[in-house]
Amino acid sequence: MTMRVPPGVTPSTFSAALEQFEKAVGRNWVFTSDDDMETYRDSYSPFWHEQADRIPSAAVAPDSVEQVQAVVRIANAYGIPLWTISTGKNLAYGGSSPALSGSVVCDLKRMDRIVEVNDKNHYALVEPGVSYFDLYRYIQEHRLRVWIDPPDPGWGSPVGNSLERGGGRTPMGDHFASVCGLEVVLASGEVMRTGMGALPGAQTWQQYKYGFGPYVDGLFSQSNFGIITKMGVWLMPEPEAYREGRVSVPKHDDLVPFVDTLSYLMNSHIVRGTMLLESPVLGYRQSQGGSVLDLPGGPSIAETEAIGREKNLAYWSMLLHFWGPPRVIDAQWEYTKEKFRAIPGASFQDGRAYGFPVELGETDNVQRVYLGIPNLSVFALIAGGQGHMDFSPIIPMTGEAVFEVLKVFGSAYAEMGVPPKNQFFALPWTFFPRSFVLLFGLPVTHNIEQNRENRKVFQRLVEVAAQHGWGEYRTHVAFMDLVRSVYSWNHHALGRLHETIKDAVDPNGILSPGKSGIWPRQLRRSRA
Amino acid sequence: MRTRWLVAMSMFFAVSTPAAPDQAQVERGHTVYDKWCFPCHGTGPGKPGTDSLRQRGQNPAVLEERTDLNASMIRFYVRHGVLFMPTFRKTEISDADLDAIAAYLTRNNKK
Repeated sequence: MTMRVPPGVTPSTFSAALEQFEKAVGRNWVFTSDDDMETYRDSYSPFWHEQADRIPSAAVAPDSVEQVQAVVRIANAYGIPLWTISTGKNLAYGGSSPALSGSVVCDLKRMDRIVEVNDKNHYALVEPGVSYFDLYRYIQEHRLRVWIDPPDPGWGSPVGNSLERGGGRTPMGDHFASVCGLEVVLASGEVMRTGMGALPGAQTWQQYKYGFGPYVDGLFSQSNFGIITKMGVWLMPEPEAYREGRVSVPKHDDLVPFVDTLSYLMNSHIVRGTMLLESPVLGYRQSQGGSVLDLPGGPSIAETEAIGREKNLAYWSMLLHFWGPPRVIDAQWEYTKEKFRAIPGASFQDGRAYGFPVELGETDNVQRVYLGIPNLSVFALIAGGQGHMDFSPIIPMTGEAVFEVLKVFGSAYAEMGVPPKNQFFALPWTFFPRSFVLLFGLPVTHNIEQNRENRKVFQRLVEVAAQHGWGEYRTHVAFMDLVRSVYSWNHHALGRLHETIKDAVDPNGILSPGKSGIWPRQLRRSRA
Repeated sequence: MRTRWLVAMSMFFAVSTPAAPDQAQVERGHTVYDKWCFPCHGTGPGKPGTDSLRQRGQNPAVLEERTDLNASMIRFYVRHGVLFMPTFRKTEISDADLDAIAAYLTRNNKK
């Protein structure tokens, strides 16, 4: 076995650091073998069989905040880059692999304690290794009347997903917005608590976010300024009931009033949760070898509307979701229909309805994430494949923006000479308030040429999006530098502030170098 | 990828005569399997591992119903992944837990 070492670290220094890591966490929890490093690489890497694939040199797995402090101090003393993961299931965005090959993965999976779940004020306090499955099971076993909001794959962690600013499907779907109180190990090894947690004996750490003075929690999301060892997360009271309702409109141009109405209802908190814009007629066009995107020379709007009339397919459609007391959500659905009836030809369909608690039968195919139940069913989208990476720009919540997106990305694919057949969602979602987000899934394979082609497509999509004022909400480690480069307003003023903070709080640059394109000073020079 | 498949397939065919699994080990394996494997490989809707194996002609597609798995193969897939199944680290599934999963999934193999 060849010993991998972090960049700029000699083998003897690295051996000494590993010995110290072993003293800190125990020999069984420091990993260096090739077989172990195989489990820390990105299972959905777009660089399979290429030199650029991100492979760590080792992994260290502390079990307590004191052990994390010790690991950080050792890393500082020996100049070892640490790449921190919680459950390591950040698939499509890099999995457990570092941005900088040769980093030592700081694996927090062993820190899996659920410190508290409160179903009176509806919050939890958890460590990074707690998965959504773990938290759900705990709540069920203790018969607590509270829901979690899992992302589509339930094996991730509230800490990891919230700090990556991921999303779910219920009214608590904007995960970072539900964060209330962090415990952070700083690069110095010092431990700090944010918000009310800065008050010794605090009674409201998970009940009031802001504490006193500057609110800093956002600095620890998508960042490399500290290692989170505990996080408070707000939960949803178990609702009395849930119901669905579908709204459909017949014409292309109906999308403008459709989204305006949706926006009004969402921002009024009458319609909540995460919805996907659907187009039955464009879906049909795609099934016949066409595309959801507007490709140059493709069918006109009139031709597509004619197909819709012939096949009895709506142009636009959306499944809406309501949670709460039955009489409240029935009234919300009735009011929603009243507002959409202003669009001529709008049609409505009642959907599933449940009261809680509920026992779901095996044949019940409701998407369980809408009921706060973690699962892995989303992987059916890539069944048979070898993984994917997500191109996920934020776009305005308007019908006009959707038209422009379909045209701009259709033209981009045409210019690249690549068929746009690989995206699994070409229409936007409402994961976050006030905006749409696209989640184009681009495949990754174990074929070098195909991966190179898909990386080119990914890069071009990021560039084209930026030219139109659309930026990604999150990205794969392989594209963090690229995405950071397009957030360039006023000569990269925001990026320069990130670097200023990085240099101040982590002067040796040991914490997750390259995360979100933020590199420590010594590596910025070598990468310039 | 081809290498992975070749290694895995060689393990698949290299079925040795297994020792009778210890019942306590099997029960532990069942518990670990329910936590880590069932959400993808179990029965019922929304189990993409089961669906994927079924699409590839595997019958039965549910791992717990198989009688032709062997421990080496199970260990290989858990640590190396296959297709869209990712790798699992020792901090997730320890070697001892992986042995228990193997004992559980091979409990019905023909002796």
